[in-house]
Amino acid sequence: MITLTIREQPTVPLEAELLSPDVVAPLSNGEIRALPVQLGKRQCRVDDFFTVEGEAGEEIEIRGDLSKVKWIGHGMTRGRVSITGNAGMHLGASMKGGTIEVSGDVTDWLGAEMSGGIIRVTGNAGGQVGAAYRGSASGMTDGTILIGGSAGLEVGMRMKRGIIAIGGTVRDFAGLQMKGGTIVLGGGAELRTGAWMMRGTIVSLRPIRLLPTFAFAATYNPVFLRLYARHLTGLGFTIPYDDHDGAYQRYTGDASVPGKGEILVWAPRTS
Amino acid sequence: MGAADVVTADARAAIERRGVRIVDTFAEAFDMRAARVVITAQSAAWARTAGQSMTGFATSVIGCKVEAGIEAELPPETTPDGRPGVSVLLFGFDADRLGRQLVDRIGQTVLTCPTTACFDGLPQGTERVTVGGQLRHFGDRFQSSKFLDGVRYWRIPVMEGEFLVQETFGVQRAIGGGNFLILATDQRAAVAAAEGAVDAMRQVPNVVLPFPGGVVRAGSKVGARKYKNMIASTNDAYCPTLRGKDGVDSQVPEGANSVLEIVVDGLDRASIEQALRAGIDAACRPGVVEISAGNYGGKLGKHHFRLHEMLQV
Repeated sequence: MITLTIREQPTVPLEAELLSPDVVAPLSNGEIRALPVQLGKRQCRVDDFFTVEGEAGEEIEIRGDLSKVKWIGHGMTRGRVSITGNAGMHLGASMKGGTIEVSGDVTDWLGAEMSGGIIRVTGNAGGQVGAAYRGSASGMTDGTILIGGSAGLEVGMRMKRGIIAIGGTVRDFAGLQMKGGTIVLGGGAELRTGAWMMRGTIVSLRPIRLLPTFAFAATYNPVFLRLYARHLTGLGFTIPYDDHDGAYQRYTGDASVPGKGEILVWAPRTS
Repeated sequence: MGAADVVTADARAAIERRGVRIVDTFAEAFDMRAARVVITAQSAAWARTAGQSMTGFATSVIGCKVEAGIEAELPPETTPDGRPGVSVLLFGFDADRLGRQLVDRIGQTVLTCPTTACFDGLPQGTERVTVGGQLRHFGDRFQSSKFLDGVRYWRIPVMEGEFLVQETFGVQRAIGGGNFLILATDQRAAVAAAEGAVDAMRQVPNVVLPFPGGVVRAGSKVGARKYKNMIASTNDAYCPTLRGKDGVDSQVPEGANSVLEIVVDGLDRASIEQALRAGIDAACRPGVVEISAGNYGGKLGKHHFRLHEMLQV
């Protein structure tokens, strides 16, 4: 395993998309130190900002406050990136496989347009988690993003497949223009959840304010959620599904598109 | 009509088990294709109901286009959605025809059964047939799909709620037509021995006994002596009432007055052998004269299960 520790905070965001198991695994310690990173217009070396210890493998450990380091794990297909500290924008963007774990917070565009793999963040995330980039047709197309804390605007914007599960509250426009996939909101959401969603599922475990373009359909416990519950339980995230505990209120929409999406709001049994 | 049984005039060299003669002959079985369907429901009873309904009229691939049976009841912790279930094995001539049977049978008997969901039990199957991807049309464009861990599931709205079915099901090579015959002193003894055998064989995984209660009373031979358009007709050699009649090469020994057959289909040879061994052993009880097996002289099916070899293992 190779361990990088940040020793000098960049003055402007540092672009480090080569910090990925696909790139690092076949390299020697010296070659990793010499990898290029972009500081504004200037090209620098990894060891200008990080101490590099150990020998490369499928696992990279990065320590320190990386909130100004962008694109870590970009497009990775395998291996593991463990970050002890905060991480910057575009973490795991376009990733296709492997695992990223963050013990800390992350900023915007976490897992944007990813197509596979797992990202797990213990803290909070910024906006546009798993989203499509501006002008792009689709956000994430597969994979799983788990966030222990809260998240920002436009979570899962235009996502097509995959799962985003968030333990805390998310801000406005969760599932904006969603095309498929599943977003689980453990702590509910602020405004305009599911706006313009065409397909896909938003599950909220807390009551949320819904747009008037969503229509109440039924109260039930869909069987497919049991599969998701089992999948997420294996990743340490729990969602209820049992009749004894309550049921989901199903709302369909967004009728303004018109859409075939759904928002499932958990209603615990009161008696 | 059961599996065809034209037994050649094997020497009646026999071994005995608990006083029952085991004829030195073999069961002849065939290459088939199999699918495993896991049906879950709110309760074990509803899962069983769907499984029984799905495997109805599925005794012989000749007459019913498919052979099927309930393989096992599944506790909640072993099913994909954590509800009680049953696993059903279905056997057909090829993947294409088996796939059509899956669509028809799941569509008519599982989709319609309250609280059920339907999953592929052979994810490692070398061939795949589209099932949920066909049944989704029942949703009249109100259906939706979910994609999880590389598998697509269809959610079809129904009056009771929602029917969940996997898009494709795996199909693998299998063997159909393993069998043995129980020749007993009377009908009561034959039935009791067959019931004991079925109980023992149903403990074996990867196999099903497709006939009613797992037992066939109407074994058949290929074609017919008099009716040329018949694909199969009664196995006169094992009909006790025809013993001694001209033109009948009766294989019913002295003292036997009732014969029952047990047919077993399985995913692999080892499972069928295990089931046959268990069944024959359980059938060797008072009132049973002889255990034999049905074959076509070894010319039609490439899988031969020699009774003596199996029992000596």
